[in-house]
Order: sequence, then C-alpha cells, then structure tokens
Amino acid sequence: MTIALETRNLEKSFGGLRVTRDLSLKVMQGARHALIGPNGAGKTTVINQLTGVLTPNSGRILLEGHDITGLSVHRRVLRGLSRTFQINQLYADLTPLETIGLAVSERMGRGGDWWRRMGTRDDVNAEIAEILSRFHLLDVMTELTSTLPYGKQRLLEIAVAIAAKPRVLLLDEPAAGVPESERHDILAAVAALPRDVTVLLIEHDMDLVFSFADRISVLVNGGLLTEGAPDDVARDAQVRAVYLGEAADA
Amino acid sequence: MTALSDVSTHAMAIARWRISEVAFWVLALACAFLFPSRYLIMTDIVRLGLFALSLDLILGYAGIVSLGHAAFFGVGAYSAGLLALHGIINEPVIALVAAGLVAAVLGFLTSFLVIRGVDLTRLMVTLGIALLLEALAERFSDITGGTDGLQGIEMQPILGLFAFDMFGRTGLFYSLVVLFILFLLARRVVHSPFGLSLRAIKNNPLRAAAIGVPVNRRLIAIYTLAAFYAGIAGALFTQTTALASLDVFSFERSADLMLVLVIGGTGYLYGGLIGAVVFKMLQELFQSITPQYWLFWIGLVLVVIVMVGRARIHRFVLFVPNLIIRQLAGRKAAVAVPESDAS
Amino acid sequence: MASILTNLFDGVAYGMLLFVLACGLAVTLGLMNFVNLAHGAFAMAGGYICAVLVNNSGWPFFAALPLAFVGSAVIGIALERTLYRHLYSRSHLDQVLFSIGLVFMSVAAVDYIMGSSRVFIKLPAALEGQIDLFGVGIGRYRLMIVVICGLLTLALQLILAKTRFGSRLRAAVDDPRAAIGLGINVPQVFAFTFAFGCGLAGLGGALSAEILGLDPYFPLKFMIYFLIVVTVGGSSSITGPFLASLLLGIADVAGKYYVPKVGPFVIYTVMIVILLWRPNGLFGRTAAR
Repeated sequence: MTIALETRNLEKSFGGLRVTRDLSLKVMQGARHALIGPNGAGKTTVINQLTGVLTPNSGRILLEGHDITGLSVHRRVLRGLSRTFQINQLYADLTPLETIGLAVSERMGRGGDWWRRMGTRDDVNAEIAEILSRFHLLDVMTELTSTLPYGKQRLLEIAVAIAAKPRVLLLDEPAAGVPESERHDILAAVAALPRDVTVLLIEHDMDLVFSFADRISVLVNGGLLTEGAPDDVARDAQVRAVYLGEAADA
Repeated sequence: MTALSDVSTHAMAIARWRISEVAFWVLALACAFLFPSRYLIMTDIVRLGLFALSLDLILGYAGIVSLGHAAFFGVGAYSAGLLALHGIINEPVIALVAAGLVAAVLGFLTSFLVIRGVDLTRLMVTLGIALLLEALAERFSDITGGTDGLQGIEMQPILGLFAFDMFGRTGLFYSLVVLFILFLLARRVVHSPFGLSLRAIKNNPLRAAAIGVPVNRRLIAIYTLAAFYAGIAGALFTQTTALASLDVFSFERSADLMLVLVIGGTGYLYGGLIGAVVFKMLQELFQSITPQYWLFWIGLVLVVIVMVGRARIHRFVLFVPNLIIRQLAGRKAAVAVPESDAS
Repeated sequence: MASILTNLFDGVAYGMLLFVLACGLAVTLGLMNFVNLAHGAFAMAGGYICAVLVNNSGWPFFAALPLAFVGSAVIGIALERTLYRHLYSRSHLDQVLFSIGLVFMSVAAVDYIMGSSRVFIKLPAALEGQIDLFGVGIGRYRLMIVVICGLLTLALQLILAKTRFGSRLRAAVDDPRAAIGLGINVPQVFAFTFAFGCGLAGLGGALSAEILGLDPYFPLKFMIYFLIVVTVGGSSSITGPFLASLLLGIADVAGKYYVPKVGPFVIYTVMIVILLWRPNGLFGRTAAR
C-alpha cells in the first residue's frame, strides 16, 4: 500500500503556544482514517496546515510522495487534495448549480475562460449533473444557497469538495450541526464516497468515527497520542483516560 | 439524460438576453435621436455609465472597494489628450484603445498592491495611488498643463470619416457605440466561468481558494480589465470635450462614482448605467435649485441611502425601477443588491 | 544648522497637531472597526466655532479653545447617537459611503454659511513672532502648540493607563466581546470616546487654523493625513498614532521645505509602502486576526 498523505515532524506555534508538536502522520491510499482528539487538541490547525491556509514553522507535508509544504491553497486542490469545512463555507449569492459548475470548471482548468458562457461545455455539464444528482441537489439547483435548508447546505458543502475530484479528501466534522432528521442523508453521502478516494475524517462524534474509520489517530495537545485500528484505540487505556473519559463527561 | 439537459439549460439561462435588456438599449438609442438639444448631457451620462460599469466590475463582482478609481480615468484622459495634442495618434478610435491600454498597464501594476490586505488597506492604497497621480500631474505641469489642463486639443474625424461637430452629435453616437461594445464584452466576461469565479471570491475567498480558484490571479485580471474600462471612459471624456485637467484625478470624482453605482445597484452591469442617468438628473435638478451647493445634496443622498439601507432602497423606494432591474439582472433572487457586499 | 532645527521643531509641532486631530479617529477605528472618513468635519467645526467666537464675538483666543472642544464634542455625540451607531455592524463600503456623504454635506454647509475663502483667527499678540532659543528661531505659536498638544498627549496617556475609564476602554479595544462579558457597557464607552475624540479634533481644528489653513474643504484636504496617521500608526494604542503623527509631520515639513515639488509624492509613496509592508500599521498588532 502506498502513502496518500503524510506529515513529517510538523510544528506550528502561535506566539509561545505550540499547537502542533512534532506531528508525523501517515494516511494510506484508500484509507478511511479518522483524526480525533478533545477540544483544543489542534485538529483544525492541522487541517489548515494540510490545506495550505497556515504555513508550518517546520516539518514537511507530502501528497502522494510529493512535497506540497510550500504550495498555495489552490495548487494543492489541483494536485488532488480537497476539504470540507466544519462550518459551512459556501457562496451565499450563488446557486448550487453555479457552485458545483465553478468547482468542476476549475478542476478541468477551464475556470479562467472569460469568453465562453457557462453551460456550453457538455463534459462540464455532465459532471455537474452527476454530482448534483448524487447529492440530491438537482431539485434545488437554481435556488440561492443562502435560502437552502441547513441539511442541503451541508450536502452542498461535501459536494463542492467532491466536485474537485480529490484523491485525498479531508472531512472536517461533516455531520456537525445537522438536525437528526437530515443526518441520515449526510452519513449516506459520506459512506458512499468512492473507495479510491482516501478520506481523512476529523470528528467529534464517536459513533460516526467507529462506524466509518478503519484507522484512528488520536491527537492530544497538538501531538500524536496513539494510532491504530479502531478496536485497539478503543481499548487503549491512555485514550480512555484523556479522551473518551472527557467525552463521556461532555 | 434529463438531468444533463436541465443543467445545461439552467446554466445557460442566466446569460440569455432578456427582452427588457433589448428594450433598454433600444430606448438608449431612441433617446439619442429624440433629444437633439441634449447631446452634451447624454454624452456625459454615457461616459459616466461606462466609468461606473468599470467600478462595478471590481466592486460589484469581485468585492474590491476602491476610493481611487479616478486614477485610471485620469490616466486615460491625459493619455488621450497628449496623444491628440502632440499628434502621436490622430485617429480617435486607435487613440482610445491606446489610452485604455495605458490605464490597463497601470491597473496591472497597482493590482499587486491592491490585492494584498483587508478593506481598509485597499481603501488607503487606492486613494493613495489616485492622490499620488494627482500630485505627479501637478508636479509635471510642463507636460500636463498643471491646473490649467491641456489646452488646444483638436480631434481628428473618427476613422477618418466622422468629424466631431459643435453640437456633440458625433460625440454622443461615438460614446454610445463604445459603451455598447464594452458592455457586450463585460457581459460576456461576467457570464463566463471567470466571471463566476469572481462572484465566488467576493462571496467567500476562503472557499474559492479551497476549490482551486487562483484568487489573486483572478483579482489581478479583473482589476486590470476595470482599469482598461476606466481609462477608456477617461479618454472618451477628453475626446468629446477636448479637455483634460487635474480634476480628472480628484477624490470627488471617485466618490461621485461610488454614488452612481450605489444608486443603480451593484453586481448586474446595468447598475452603473441606470445610476448614471439618475445621478445626472439629480445633478441637473439640484444645480438648478442651488448651483453652488449641490455637493450638499449629493452628500445627503449618500447618507440617506446608507441609513435606509441599500438593499431596502432598491426593494421599496425604487419598487418600479427594481422590477425593471430584476428583469435586467435576470436573477431569481428578489434583491439585486446584497446588503453585505464588500464586507 | 539652525534652519534644520527650526524645521525640525516646526515638524514636531505639526506632527503633534496631527496627533490631536487624528487620535479620535484611531479609537473609532480600533474600537468599533468603523471607517470614519468624516473625522475632519469635526475638526473643521471646532475651527469655525473658534473663529466665530474670536473674530465676531471678541472672545479671547484661549477662552474660545475649550469651546471649540465642547462644541465639536456635542456635535459628535449628537451624530453618534442618531446616525453612527446604526452603522457599526455594516460593511466597510456602507461606512465609507455614509461618511463621505457627511463630508460632502459639511463642506457645502460651511461654504454656504461661512463663505468659501480661508478664515484666519485673530491671535493675541503674545503668540506672534519668534523667540530665539540658543540661536534657533522658534515660532511662539508653534511653541504653544507643542506645549498644549504635549500636555494633552500626557493627559491622554494617563487617562488610559490610570483611570477606570481608561482600563474599560482598553479592554473594549482589545476584545469587545470579552469586555461585554465583563459587564462593560461598550456602546456607552464608545459614545463617550467618540465624543471626546471629536472634541479633540475640534480643538485641533481651532489650533490648526493658523498653520494648516481653515476653509470649507478642510475635511477633504486633510482626510488622507488623518487616515495615514491611523493606518500607519495602527489603532491598538495611542503611542503608534503619536509616533506616526510625528513622523508624518516632520516628513511633510521637511519635504515641503527641501524638495517642494515632490513633497506630497514622497508622503503618499511612503504610506503605500508601509501599508504593504505592515498592513496593520507600523506600530500595530502583528498577530493575524
């Protein structure tokens, strides 16, 4: 098995505060890998470094063996690394059709076309249609995103990330804030992600983690506490003490 | 597959010409024929409309707030004036494009300064650049004519065929044609994937980058294009009035421009054009009441628009015009002007 | 040598004047993140109040100065309560449009009431001419400005550092949400500070009539200077704007004296470079927001 995404000795500090400590992480090709940890463990900071929003103080990030540490956010996306956000980051004034259309255009390298009107390329249209229908968004594709119900917005959030056709997908708490009635759609969409897409899931919800992940890394205070198969992690005394114990309290 | 045809139909629907749009341009042309005594003010409106269209490209579509858009207008105006004055390029259309290109080069160079930083930095930098150019133009008064401006510009016939006449008839039709061509270009651009990516950047730059949009490159491109448009508007000003003076760079010009766009609404291209008509009519009205103090009324209009809320103004006060706007904008959304732009 | 020192002194006086004029703006921007391009209008109001009292009503100059402060502060609080406070949560574009509107209205209104020509305030004889200090010629009026503005700066620093109000204000600037959580009435603190800042601007406007010139276009002409002070100095303390004011004052005087033709050019260029280099200001907070 090859490594899809890897960090080597990643370090990040804000002022005097070390939020990522010597983090070395390997996510295997095709894995369903979960990164868990209590609040303030530095999970979001890790994601931001992986995607290029933040630059690590030291250490390297490799995507399929290539060093991407110095690449800008959009270049990493074109290399096959995309993400969803814990809090929806959508375009309020755009429709799902436009949102997905743009993502598909950009991936095909046609996002800079300034002379061609939208909707005139059949290969783009076909892909938009496929993604919209896979995420049950066809019926609302011409509504403004800001007017969609939260569950639909959450689906769109994942759909946009998929539209970039990632080989590695970072899911940041996909089910966060979704009402119980709409939760099933989200979980089904996550479960139905194609197997050739490597997924790194950042999650609080232990049910989701244990039903989805085949490997779990536990982050505490910015450093790796332990890593292993779900059963092993669940049995780990340290993890139970610092993490599951706290989760039970919360 | 029905989903596929649905997608392409809906995707293309936004860019389709609406009857109201055709009517708008027919009406504009009709006005040019119907009011021969008003050529000068109509030319003024057309120029201002083009200038506002230019600001709409960066403010309405890309969300860049600029306090110094007059910089490009001024550079275009002086370029056209100097080209004509020294007989470097005598044919007005070529000179017009050349002046636009000079402004575009300046836009490209300064775009690197503007894309950095937050709103406030952008305000300061754009304002600073316009003031800097004004100071430069004053400093090199042997070239620019200083406070007197360029004197004695004589315009050659357009394409060697149409001479500028003293009533401004040629000037108006010339300006109208230029506006229409540039409008068509802008319409193409904003309905392209490129235009869509600008709206995405304005809505959420974080997400735009996260789906692979090269945010900075797109902003540089649109800023340069807007500078080109503003430069053309400035060049039209010089060519149709045979004047270019320091006030082409003035802060008031940039500020008035914002008012024009705010009156008409941002982000659907017609805002600048409608705003220009309303603005000029207001100006005529106020100047007939208190010729010297019309700045007061302009200020009042600005304050009232903001206090009432731009979106609300467009929804209620301008209910009928808004129906037209909605027709022109072709959005399903009720509001053509999101309250939150450029926040 | 002596002329260099004289110029330096003039620059310092000018800079301190700019600080008094602009420090209210620093607080407005820092506390509520409000872009107020109309700050100069309050300075102009103070200048005209002082001019009318001295020239038309025969008040002594030093008696009119406090009234310039009070008058501008009253206008400030009236506008804050009626208009400004509705706009704190709006976009910067709205704030810019609104405050430009106010500037335009104030320019035209003053032009209408007072006429468009420059106004001079009759100064007491004691403030005219120069005194000779170790061979360096120092204008009496400028010396007074340095003394008054220096005292004001010290007083401001003391208020911010020592008083209860000062600590509330600093808390509100650092983190408005936390300050509300601590039971600080942030809107009230802001209204008071806004009025005080307008008052200082008014006082500055009265003092600056002699040096900067007072006419209806004052708010437009000096808008960029106030903005430079605030953006270059940063808005997290008053030390930043103070140092920025001094720098700007000295640079402007020196520029006008030694390289008269490119003076403004240099200042705008320096401003743009500094903003690009340190978007939060030369002395501002560097941490990402």
